[in-house]
Amino acid sequence: MFGRRACTVVGRETYGPYVVIDVHDPDGPVPEPGQFYMLAAVDRWGGGEGERPFLPRAFSVLRAREGGLSFLFDDVGPGTHRLMELDREDELWLTGPLGEGWRPTDRRPILVGGGVGIAPLAALADTLESPEILLGFRSDEHARAAELLPGARVITGGLVTDLLPDDLSHVELFACGPPAMLEAIRALGVPAQLALESGMACGFGACFGCVTPLVDGGYARVCVDGPVFAAAELAEVPAH
Amino acid sequence: MTSFCGLSLEHPIINGSGTFDAIAARRAFGDELLERFPFSAFVSKTITLLPRAGNPPPRLWETAAGMINSIGLPNKGLAGYLEHDLPQLAELPVPLITNVMGSTADELAELVGACEARAEIAALELNVSCPNVATGLDIGAVPAELERVVARVRPATAKPLIVKLTPNTADVAACAQAAEAAGADAVSLINTLRAMALDTRGEAWLGGRTGGLSGPAIRNVALAQVAAVAARVNLPIVGMGGVQTGAHAQELLAAGATLVAVGTESFRDPAAGLRIARELREKAANSANPLV
Repeated sequence: MFGRRACTVVGRETYGPYVVIDVHDPDGPVPEPGQFYMLAAVDRWGGGEGERPFLPRAFSVLRAREGGLSFLFDDVGPGTHRLMELDREDELWLTGPLGEGWRPTDRRPILVGGGVGIAPLAALADTLESPEILLGFRSDEHARAAELLPGARVITGGLVTDLLPDDLSHVELFACGPPAMLEAIRALGVPAQLALESGMACGFGACFGCVTPLVDGGYARVCVDGPVFAAAELAEVPAH
Repeated sequence: MTSFCGLSLEHPIINGSGTFDAIAARRAFGDELLERFPFSAFVSKTITLLPRAGNPPPRLWETAAGMINSIGLPNKGLAGYLEHDLPQLAELPVPLITNVMGSTADELAELVGACEARAEIAALELNVSCPNVATGLDIGAVPAELERVVARVRPATAKPLIVKLTPNTADVAACAQAAEAAGADAVSLINTLRAMALDTRGEAWLGGRTGGLSGPAIRNVALAQVAAVAARVNLPIVGMGGVQTGAHAQELLAAGATLVAVGTESFRDPAAGLRIARELREKAANSANPLV
Protein backbone atom coordinates (compact mmCIF):
# COMPACT_ATOMS: atom_id res chain seq x y z
CA MET A 1 0.00 0.00 0.00
CA PHE A 2 1.59 3.25 -1.19
CA GLY A 3 1.87 6.15 1.24
CA ARG A 4 1.25 6.45 4.95
CA ARG A 5 -2.15 5.98 6.56
CA ALA A 6 -3.63 7.16 9.84
CA CYS A 7 -4.62 4.24 12.06
CA THR A 8 -6.28 4.22 15.47
CA VAL A 9 -4.75 2.73 18.59
CA VAL A 10 -7.19 0.18 20.02
CA GLY A 11 -5.18 -1.30 22.87
CA ARG A 12 -2.26 -0.59 25.17
CA GLU A 13 -0.60 -2.91 27.68
CA THR A 14 2.56 -2.67 29.73
CA TYR A 15 5.06 -5.48 30.25
CA GLY A 16 7.49 -4.16 32.87
CA PRO A 17 9.13 -1.12 31.24
CA TYR A 18 7.86 -2.08 27.79
CA VAL A 19 4.59 -1.08 26.16
CA VAL A 20 2.63 -3.01 23.54
CA ILE A 21 0.12 -1.07 21.48
CA ASP A 22 -2.51 -2.58 19.22
CA VAL A 23 -3.42 -0.67 16.09
CA HIS A 24 -6.51 -1.05 13.91
CA ASP A 25 -5.32 -1.38 10.31
CA PRO A 26 -8.27 -2.80 8.36
CA ASP A 27 -7.02 -1.83 4.90
CA GLY A 28 -3.32 -2.66 5.08
CA PRO A 29 -1.74 -5.79 3.59
CA VAL A 30 -1.07 -8.66 6.03
CA PRO A 31 2.63 -8.50 7.00
CA GLU A 32 5.03 -11.41 6.81
CA PRO A 33 6.81 -12.20 10.09
CA GLY A 34 9.95 -10.09 10.29
CA GLN A 35 8.57 -7.23 8.21
CA PHE A 36 8.37 -3.77 9.74
CA TYR A 37 6.47 -0.49 9.67
CA MET A 38 7.42 3.17 9.91
CA LEU A 39 5.44 4.77 12.74
CA ALA A 40 4.82 8.33 13.87
CA ALA A 41 2.21 9.84 16.15
CA VAL A 42 -0.32 11.95 14.23
CA ASP A 43 -0.37 14.51 17.07
CA ARG A 44 2.66 15.99 18.79
CA TRP A 45 5.34 14.34 16.68
CA GLY A 46 8.06 16.84 17.54
CA GLY A 47 8.47 19.04 20.57
CA GLY A 48 10.10 16.34 22.70
CA GLU A 49 13.72 16.12 23.80
CA GLY A 50 15.78 18.34 21.48
CA GLU A 51 12.52 19.36 19.72
CA ARG A 52 12.42 15.88 18.20
CA PRO A 53 11.16 13.47 16.84
CA PHE A 54 10.97 14.61 13.24
CA LEU A 55 11.30 11.40 11.22
CA PRO A 56 9.11 8.31 11.62
CA ARG A 57 10.55 5.32 13.51
CA ALA A 58 10.95 1.74 12.28
CA PHE A 59 9.35 -1.14 14.24
CA SER A 60 9.04 -4.82 13.43
CA VAL A 61 5.52 -6.07 13.78
CA LEU A 62 5.06 -8.01 17.01
CA ARG A 63 1.87 -9.74 15.90
CA ALA A 64 -0.68 -9.30 13.14
CA ARG A 65 -4.24 -10.50 13.58
CA GLU A 66 -7.36 -9.80 11.50
CA GLY A 67 -6.95 -6.14 10.65
CA GLY A 68 -4.88 -5.44 13.72
CA LEU A 69 -1.16 -4.96 14.30
CA SER A 70 0.80 -4.95 17.55
CA PHE A 71 4.09 -3.20 18.23
CA LEU A 72 6.50 -3.40 21.16
CA PHE A 73 8.20 -0.24 22.44
CA ASP A 74 11.05 0.50 24.81
CA ASP A 75 11.67 4.11 25.90
CA VAL A 76 15.07 4.85 24.37
CA GLY A 77 14.59 8.33 22.88
CA PRO A 78 12.11 11.03 21.93
CA GLY A 79 10.47 8.90 19.21
CA THR A 80 9.80 5.81 21.31
CA HIS A 81 8.93 8.04 24.27
CA ARG A 82 6.12 9.68 22.32
CA LEU A 83 4.89 6.41 20.82
CA MET A 84 4.68 4.87 24.31
CA GLU A 85 2.36 7.68 25.41
CA LEU A 86 -0.23 6.68 22.80
CA ASP A 87 -3.41 5.18 24.16
CA ARG A 88 -6.78 4.01 22.86
CA GLU A 89 -8.30 6.33 20.24
CA ASP A 90 -5.01 8.12 19.57
CA GLU A 91 -3.90 8.07 15.96
CA LEU A 92 -0.70 6.80 14.44
CA TRP A 93 0.80 7.32 10.98
CA LEU A 94 1.76 3.96 9.61
CA THR A 95 3.67 3.02 6.45
CA GLY A 96 4.12 -0.64 5.56
CA PRO A 97 4.54 -3.53 5.73
CA LEU A 98 8.13 -3.01 4.58
CA GLY A 99 11.28 -5.04 4.04
CA GLU A 100 12.18 -8.70 3.73
CA GLY A 101 11.19 -10.87 6.69
CA TRP A 102 12.25 -14.29 7.93
CA ARG A 103 12.77 -17.01 5.33
CA PRO A 104 11.61 -20.60 5.88
CA THR A 105 14.17 -23.27 6.70
CA ASP A 106 14.36 -27.06 6.57
CA ARG A 107 16.64 -27.04 9.60
CA ARG A 108 15.51 -27.07 13.24
CA PRO A 109 14.68 -23.44 14.17
CA ILE A 110 15.83 -21.90 17.44
CA LEU A 111 14.57 -18.39 18.11
CA VAL A 112 16.99 -16.16 20.05
CA GLY A 113 15.84 -12.77 21.30
CA GLY A 114 17.23 -9.99 23.42
CA GLY A 115 15.24 -7.15 24.99
CA VAL A 116 12.87 -5.29 22.72
CA GLY A 117 14.31 -7.42 19.91
CA ILE A 118 11.92 -10.21 20.82
CA ALA A 119 9.21 -8.48 18.73
CA PRO A 120 9.81 -10.04 15.29
CA LEU A 121 10.31 -13.45 16.94
CA ALA A 122 6.75 -13.44 18.30
CA ALA A 123 5.36 -13.06 14.77
CA LEU A 124 7.65 -15.89 13.63
CA ALA A 125 6.84 -18.17 16.57
CA ASP A 126 3.16 -18.01 15.67
CA THR A 127 3.95 -19.69 12.34
CA LEU A 128 6.03 -22.55 13.82
CA GLU A 129 4.99 -25.62 15.75
CA SER A 130 6.31 -25.28 19.32
CA PRO A 131 9.69 -23.81 18.39
CA GLU A 132 12.55 -23.60 20.88
CA ILE A 133 12.76 -19.97 22.09
CA LEU A 134 15.60 -18.45 24.10
CA LEU A 135 15.23 -14.91 25.45
CA GLY A 136 17.56 -12.60 27.34
CA PHE A 137 16.64 -9.50 29.34
CA ARG A 138 18.65 -7.05 31.38
CA SER A 139 16.41 -7.30 34.48
CA ASP A 140 13.51 -9.27 35.93
CA GLU A 141 11.25 -6.28 35.23
CA HIS A 142 12.20 -6.35 31.54
CA ALA A 143 11.77 -10.13 31.50
CA ARG A 144 8.04 -9.68 32.02
CA ALA A 145 7.89 -9.25 28.23
CA ALA A 146 8.73 -12.96 27.94
CA GLU A 147 4.98 -13.53 28.43
CA LEU A 148 4.65 -12.44 24.81
CA LEU A 149 6.41 -15.66 23.72
CA PRO A 150 4.92 -18.49 25.77
CA GLY A 151 7.22 -21.43 26.37
CA ALA A 152 10.45 -19.44 26.10
CA ARG A 153 13.51 -20.14 28.26
CA VAL A 154 14.65 -16.86 29.78
CA ILE A 155 17.95 -15.58 31.12
CA THR A 156 18.11 -12.33 33.06
CA GLY A 157 21.22 -10.19 33.34
CA GLY A 158 23.38 -12.68 31.41
CA LEU A 159 24.09 -13.68 27.83
CA VAL A 160 21.24 -15.36 25.99
CA THR A 161 23.81 -17.14 23.84
CA ASP A 162 24.76 -19.12 26.98
CA LEU A 163 21.43 -20.93 26.59
CA LEU A 164 22.31 -22.24 23.12
CA PRO A 165 22.83 -26.01 22.88
CA ASP A 166 26.42 -27.19 22.29
CA ASP A 167 25.43 -29.08 19.15
CA LEU A 168 24.12 -26.64 16.56
CA SER A 169 24.28 -29.02 13.60
CA HIS A 170 20.88 -29.22 11.84
CA VAL A 171 19.90 -25.96 13.60
CA GLU A 172 19.14 -22.56 12.12
CA LEU A 173 19.11 -19.61 14.49
CA PHE A 174 16.56 -16.80 14.09
CA ALA A 175 17.84 -13.89 16.12
CA CYS A 176 16.97 -10.32 16.97
CA GLY A 177 18.37 -8.22 19.78
CA PRO A 178 21.14 -5.78 20.67
CA PRO A 179 24.00 -5.45 18.16
CA ALA A 180 26.50 -7.17 20.46
CA MET A 181 24.21 -10.19 20.77
CA LEU A 182 23.69 -10.41 17.01
CA GLU A 183 27.42 -9.99 16.39
CA ALA A 184 28.12 -12.87 18.80
CA ILE A 185 25.65 -15.07 16.90
CA ARG A 186 27.05 -14.03 13.51
CA ALA A 187 30.54 -14.90 14.73
CA LEU A 188 29.41 -18.46 15.57
CA GLY A 189 29.48 -19.15 11.84
CA VAL A 190 26.39 -21.37 11.96
CA PRO A 191 23.30 -20.97 9.75
CA ALA A 192 21.45 -18.00 11.17
CA GLN A 193 19.07 -15.26 10.16
CA LEU A 194 19.55 -11.94 11.91
CA ALA A 195 16.91 -9.20 12.07
CA LEU A 196 18.87 -5.95 12.24
CA GLU A 197 17.85 -2.61 13.66
CA SER A 198 19.05 0.64 12.14
CA GLY A 199 18.12 4.26 12.33
CA MET A 200 16.41 5.05 9.05
CA ALA A 201 14.75 8.14 7.64
CA CYS A 202 12.29 6.53 5.24
CA GLY A 203 12.04 2.72 5.47
CA PHE A 204 11.51 2.17 1.73
CA GLY A 205 14.96 2.50 0.18
CA ALA A 206 14.95 6.21 -0.54
CA CYS A 207 17.45 7.68 1.91
CA PHE A 208 20.30 5.11 1.87
CA GLY A 209 20.87 5.96 5.51
CA CYS A 210 20.41 2.54 7.13
CA VAL A 211 23.23 0.56 5.55
CA THR A 212 25.12 -2.38 7.02
CA PRO A 213 28.47 -3.68 5.74
CA LEU A 214 28.49 -6.90 3.68
CA VAL A 215 31.11 -9.64 3.77
CA ASP A 216 31.69 -9.25 0.01
CA GLY A 217 32.28 -5.51 0.39
CA GLY A 218 29.91 -2.62 0.03
CA TYR A 219 26.72 -2.08 1.95
CA ALA A 220 23.14 -3.31 1.98
CA ARG A 221 20.15 -1.21 2.95
CA VAL A 222 18.57 -2.64 6.10
CA CYS A 223 15.13 -1.39 5.03
CA VAL A 224 14.79 -3.01 1.59
CA ASP A 225 17.50 -5.71 1.55
CA GLY A 226 16.62 -6.68 5.15
CA PRO A 227 15.82 -6.16 7.96
CA VAL A 228 16.39 -9.93 8.08
CA PHE A 229 19.77 -11.01 6.66
CA ALA A 230 21.55 -14.34 6.46
CA ALA A 231 24.37 -14.04 8.99
CA ALA A 232 26.87 -15.23 6.37
CA GLU A 233 26.14 -12.19 4.18
CA LEU A 234 27.19 -9.70 6.85
CA ALA A 235 30.71 -8.44 7.49
CA GLU A 236 29.72 -7.55 11.04
CA VAL A 237 26.78 -6.24 12.99
CA PRO A 238 27.76 -2.61 13.64
CA ALA A 239 27.35 -1.22 17.14
CA HIS A 240 24.89 1.39 15.87
CA MET B 1 0.12 21.45 -17.08
CA THR B 2 3.47 23.01 -16.29
CA SER B 3 6.01 23.72 -18.98
CA PHE B 4 9.66 23.32 -18.05
CA CYS B 5 12.55 23.40 -20.55
CA GLY B 6 10.27 22.09 -23.29
CA LEU B 7 8.87 19.31 -21.08
CA SER B 8 5.16 19.30 -20.46
CA LEU B 9 4.55 18.18 -16.86
CA GLU B 10 1.28 17.31 -15.07
CA HIS B 11 2.02 19.56 -12.10
CA PRO B 12 4.99 21.47 -10.65
CA ILE B 13 6.03 18.91 -8.00
CA ILE B 14 9.08 16.73 -8.65
CA ASN B 15 11.57 15.01 -6.31
CA GLY B 16 14.96 16.18 -5.20
CA SER B 17 17.80 13.98 -6.44
CA GLY B 18 18.70 11.24 -3.99
CA THR B 19 15.50 11.49 -1.96
CA PHE B 20 13.38 8.85 -3.69
CA ASP B 21 14.49 5.52 -5.18
CA ALA B 22 11.66 4.68 -7.57
CA ILE B 23 12.99 1.15 -8.13
CA ALA B 24 13.16 0.30 -4.42
CA ALA B 25 9.83 2.06 -3.83
CA ARG B 26 8.18 -0.09 -6.51
CA ARG B 27 9.53 -3.19 -4.76
CA ALA B 28 8.12 -1.92 -1.46
CA PHE B 29 4.75 -0.64 -2.65
CA GLY B 30 4.08 -2.51 -5.89
CA ASP B 31 2.59 -1.11 -9.08
CA GLU B 32 0.32 1.18 -7.06
CA LEU B 33 3.39 3.43 -7.10
CA LEU B 34 3.07 3.79 -10.88
CA GLU B 35 -0.67 4.42 -10.70
CA ARG B 36 -0.24 7.12 -8.06
CA PHE B 37 3.23 8.36 -8.91
CA PRO B 38 3.94 11.32 -6.62
CA PHE B 39 6.04 13.43 -8.99
CA SER B 40 5.49 14.96 -12.44
CA ALA B 41 9.08 14.14 -13.40
CA PHE B 42 11.50 11.78 -11.70
CA VAL B 43 15.05 12.85 -10.83
CA SER B 44 17.48 9.97 -10.38
CA LYS B 45 19.99 9.81 -7.60
CA THR B 46 23.45 11.02 -8.56
CA ILE B 47 25.28 8.78 -11.04
CA THR B 48 29.07 8.79 -11.19
CA LEU B 49 31.37 7.29 -13.80
CA LEU B 50 32.49 4.46 -11.52
CA PRO B 51 30.44 2.63 -8.88
CA ARG B 52 30.57 4.05 -5.36
CA ALA B 53 29.76 2.20 -2.13
CA GLY B 54 29.01 5.42 -0.25
CA ASN B 55 30.18 6.61 3.14
CA PRO B 56 30.68 4.37 6.16
CA PRO B 57 27.71 4.43 8.59
CA PRO B 58 26.33 6.08 10.59
CA ARG B 59 24.87 8.20 7.80
CA LEU B 60 21.94 9.96 9.46
CA TRP B 61 21.30 12.38 12.31
CA GLU B 62 17.92 13.77 13.25
CA THR B 63 17.74 17.46 14.13
CA ALA B 64 15.02 19.64 15.65
CA ALA B 65 13.34 20.26 12.29
CA GLY B 66 15.12 18.10 9.80
CA MET B 67 18.04 15.78 9.40
CA ILE B 68 21.68 15.60 8.42
CA ASN B 69 22.70 12.97 5.90
CA SER B 70 26.15 11.81 4.94
CA ILE B 71 25.35 9.18 2.33
CA GLY B 72 28.28 9.62 -0.03
CA LEU B 73 26.48 9.12 -3.37
CA PRO B 74 26.34 5.32 -3.48
CA ASN B 75 25.47 4.21 -7.03
CA LYS B 76 26.18 1.48 -9.56
CA GLY B 77 28.25 3.74 -11.79
CA LEU B 78 27.35 4.86 -15.29
CA ALA B 79 27.45 1.41 -16.92
CA GLY B 80 25.40 -0.15 -14.10
CA TYR B 81 22.89 2.67 -14.25
CA LEU B 82 22.41 2.45 -18.02
CA GLU B 83 22.18 -1.33 -18.01
CA HIS B 84 20.20 -2.08 -14.83
CA ASP B 85 18.38 1.03 -13.64
CA LEU B 86 17.46 2.87 -16.82
CA PRO B 87 15.13 0.17 -18.24
CA GLN B 88 13.23 0.15 -14.93
CA LEU B 89 13.13 3.94 -14.64
CA ALA B 90 11.84 4.11 -18.22
CA GLU B 91 8.69 2.31 -16.99
CA LEU B 92 7.78 5.26 -14.77
CA PRO B 93 4.78 7.26 -16.02
CA VAL B 94 6.74 10.56 -16.00
CA PRO B 95 9.81 12.03 -17.75
CA LEU B 96 13.18 11.02 -16.33
CA ILE B 97 15.85 13.51 -15.31
CA THR B 98 19.23 11.88 -14.72
CA ASN B 99 21.52 13.53 -12.18
CA VAL B 100 25.28 13.10 -12.73
CA MET B 101 28.43 14.10 -10.88
CA GLY B 102 32.02 14.07 -12.02
CA SER B 103 35.24 14.97 -10.33
CA THR B 104 36.51 16.77 -13.46
CA ALA B 105 34.86 18.65 -16.32
CA ASP B 106 35.89 15.90 -18.75
CA GLU B 107 34.33 13.24 -16.55
CA LEU B 108 31.07 15.19 -16.36
CA ALA B 109 31.10 15.62 -20.16
CA GLU B 110 31.58 11.87 -20.57
CA LEU B 111 28.63 11.14 -18.28
CA VAL B 112 26.42 13.66 -20.05
CA GLY B 113 27.49 12.39 -23.47
CA ALA B 114 26.58 8.81 -22.53
CA CYS B 115 23.14 9.97 -21.35
CA GLU B 116 22.63 12.03 -24.50
CA ALA B 117 22.48 8.80 -26.49
CA ARG B 118 19.60 7.40 -24.41
CA ALA B 119 16.08 8.38 -25.44
CA GLU B 120 14.70 7.29 -22.04
CA ILE B 121 16.39 10.30 -20.45
CA ALA B 122 14.45 13.55 -20.90
CA ALA B 123 16.88 15.93 -19.20
CA LEU B 124 20.11 16.05 -17.23
CA GLU B 125 20.95 17.59 -13.91
CA LEU B 126 24.55 18.33 -12.95
CA ASN B 127 25.51 17.80 -9.32
CA VAL B 128 28.34 20.29 -8.87
CA SER B 129 28.45 20.16 -5.08
CA CYS B 130 31.86 18.53 -5.11
CA PRO B 131 35.51 19.42 -5.58
CA ASN B 132 37.13 19.31 -9.00
CA VAL B 133 40.06 16.95 -8.41
CA ALA B 134 41.91 18.55 -11.35
CA THR B 135 41.78 22.11 -9.99
CA GLY B 136 41.03 21.56 -6.31
CA LEU B 137 38.21 24.10 -6.52
CA ASP B 138 34.69 23.37 -5.33
CA ILE B 139 32.97 23.33 -8.74
CA GLY B 140 29.63 24.69 -7.68
CA ALA B 141 30.91 27.19 -5.14
CA VAL B 142 33.22 29.26 -7.39
CA PRO B 143 31.40 31.03 -10.25
CA ALA B 144 34.35 31.06 -12.67
CA GLU B 145 35.01 27.36 -12.10
CA LEU B 146 31.31 26.55 -12.51
CA GLU B 147 31.14 28.50 -15.78
CA ARG B 148 34.20 26.68 -17.15
CA VAL B 149 32.80 23.24 -16.22
CA VAL B 150 29.28 23.87 -17.54
CA ALA B 151 30.72 25.29 -20.78
CA ARG B 152 32.77 22.09 -21.21
CA VAL B 153 29.66 19.92 -20.62
CA ARG B 154 27.12 21.92 -22.61
CA PRO B 155 28.13 20.75 -26.13
CA ALA B 156 27.82 17.11 -25.02
CA THR B 157 24.02 17.20 -24.99
CA ALA B 158 21.04 18.74 -26.71
CA LYS B 159 18.78 17.69 -23.82
CA PRO B 160 17.77 20.25 -21.20
CA LEU B 161 20.70 20.79 -18.82
CA ILE B 162 19.89 21.72 -15.22
CA VAL B 163 22.65 22.85 -12.89
CA LYS B 164 22.02 21.97 -9.24
CA LEU B 165 23.46 24.80 -7.22
CA THR B 166 25.06 24.43 -3.82
CA PRO B 167 24.00 26.77 -1.01
CA ASN B 168 27.47 26.43 0.51
CA THR B 169 28.87 29.42 -1.36
CA ALA B 170 29.25 33.15 -0.82
CA ASP B 171 26.98 34.27 -3.65
CA VAL B 172 24.55 31.71 -5.04
CA ALA B 173 23.13 34.19 -7.57
CA ALA B 174 26.62 34.71 -9.05
CA CYS B 175 26.88 30.93 -9.44
CA ALA B 176 23.49 30.87 -11.17
CA GLN B 177 24.65 33.63 -13.53
CA ALA B 178 27.78 31.61 -14.31
CA ALA B 179 25.64 28.58 -15.16
CA GLU B 180 23.41 30.73 -17.36
CA ALA B 181 26.40 32.27 -19.17
CA ALA B 182 27.77 28.79 -19.87
CA GLY B 183 24.53 27.66 -21.50
CA ALA B 184 22.57 25.91 -18.73
CA ASP B 185 18.83 25.60 -19.45
CA ALA B 186 17.77 25.73 -15.80
CA VAL B 187 19.10 25.80 -12.26
CA SER B 188 17.89 23.86 -9.24
CA LEU B 189 18.42 24.85 -5.62
CA ILE B 190 19.04 24.48 -2.79
CA ASN B 191 21.15 21.44 -2.18
CA THR B 192 21.69 20.55 1.50
CA LEU B 193 23.54 22.89 3.85
CA ARG B 194 26.86 21.57 5.15
CA ALA B 195 26.33 20.47 8.74
CA MET B 196 27.84 18.38 11.53
CA ALA B 197 26.63 16.42 14.53
CA LEU B 198 28.63 15.32 17.58
CA ASP B 199 28.09 12.29 19.78
CA THR B 200 28.16 12.53 23.58
CA ARG B 201 31.97 12.26 23.60
CA GLY B 202 32.30 15.25 21.29
CA GLU B 203 33.32 13.11 18.31
CA ALA B 204 31.78 13.44 14.84
CA TRP B 205 28.74 11.16 14.71
CA LEU B 206 28.55 10.72 10.95
CA GLY B 207 30.87 8.28 9.22
CA GLY B 208 31.61 10.99 6.66
CA ARG B 209 32.23 13.48 9.53
CA THR B 210 30.07 16.22 7.97
CA GLY B 211 26.85 15.92 6.01
CA GLY B 212 24.03 17.96 4.56
CA LEU B 213 21.14 19.47 6.50
CA SER B 214 17.68 19.19 4.96
CA GLY B 215 14.06 19.45 6.00
CA PRO B 216 11.94 22.33 7.32
CA ALA B 217 14.99 23.77 9.08
CA ILE B 218 16.29 25.04 5.72
CA ARG B 219 13.03 26.18 4.12
CA ASN B 220 13.52 29.89 4.66
CA VAL B 221 17.13 29.66 3.49
CA ALA B 222 15.80 28.11 0.29
CA LEU B 223 13.26 30.90 -0.16
CA ALA B 224 15.95 33.56 0.16
CA GLN B 225 18.30 31.80 -2.24
CA VAL B 226 15.61 31.11 -4.85
CA ALA B 227 14.52 34.75 -4.69
CA ALA B 228 18.13 35.92 -5.03
CA VAL B 229 18.71 33.69 -8.06
CA ALA B 230 15.39 34.63 -9.69
CA ALA B 231 16.37 38.29 -9.45
CA ARG B 232 19.60 37.72 -11.38
CA VAL B 233 18.93 35.07 -14.06
CA ASN B 234 16.28 34.42 -16.67
CA LEU B 235 16.45 30.63 -16.40
CA PRO B 236 13.63 28.48 -15.06
CA ILE B 237 14.30 27.46 -11.45
CA VAL B 238 13.60 24.20 -9.62
CA GLY B 239 13.15 25.39 -6.05
CA MET B 240 13.56 23.05 -3.11
CA GLY B 241 14.33 22.99 0.58
CA GLY B 242 12.06 21.88 3.40
CA VAL B 243 8.80 21.82 1.44
CA GLN B 244 6.12 19.97 3.43
CA THR B 245 2.86 21.47 2.16
CA GLY B 246 1.23 23.04 -0.88
CA ALA B 247 1.58 26.41 0.87
CA HIS B 248 5.35 25.90 1.12
CA ALA B 249 5.50 25.00 -2.58
CA GLN B 250 3.43 28.09 -3.41
CA GLU B 251 5.97 30.25 -1.57
CA LEU B 252 8.85 28.91 -3.66
CA LEU B 253 6.83 29.50 -6.83
CA ALA B 254 6.13 33.04 -5.64
CA ALA B 255 9.87 33.50 -5.03
CA GLY B 256 10.52 32.66 -8.67
CA ALA B 257 10.60 28.88 -9.05
CA THR B 258 8.91 27.11 -11.98
CA LEU B 259 9.03 23.66 -10.39
CA VAL B 260 9.28 22.64 -6.74
CA ALA B 261 11.13 19.56 -5.57
CA VAL B 262 10.18 17.58 -2.47
CA GLY B 263 12.87 15.64 -0.65
CA THR B 264 12.94 15.01 3.08
CA GLU B 265 9.14 15.11 3.39
CA SER B 266 8.95 12.01 1.17
CA PHE B 267 10.93 10.17 3.88
CA ARG B 268 8.12 10.93 6.34
CA ASP B 269 5.40 10.08 3.86
CA PRO B 270 6.28 8.30 0.60
CA ALA B 271 3.22 9.84 -1.07
CA ALA B 272 3.93 13.39 0.17
CA GLY B 273 4.45 14.61 -3.41
CA LEU B 274 0.85 13.68 -4.30
CA ARG B 275 -0.53 15.51 -1.29
CA ILE B 276 1.60 18.62 -1.91
CA ALA B 277 0.57 18.74 -5.61
CA ARG B 278 -3.09 18.43 -4.57
CA GLU B 279 -2.77 21.15 -1.93
CA LEU B 280 -1.09 23.40 -4.47
CA ARG B 281 -3.92 22.79 -6.97
CA GLU B 282 -6.57 23.52 -4.32
CA LYS B 283 -4.73 26.67 -3.30
CA ALA B 284 -4.66 27.88 -6.90
CA ALA B 285 -8.38 27.11 -7.31
CA ASN B 286 -9.23 28.94 -4.09
CA SER B 287 -7.18 32.00 -4.93
CA ALA B 288 -9.09 32.28 -8.22
CA ASN B 289 -12.31 32.49 -6.21
CA PRO B 290 -12.89 36.08 -5.03
CA LEU B 291 -15.20 34.87 -2.26
CA VAL B 292 -12.45 32.92 -0.48
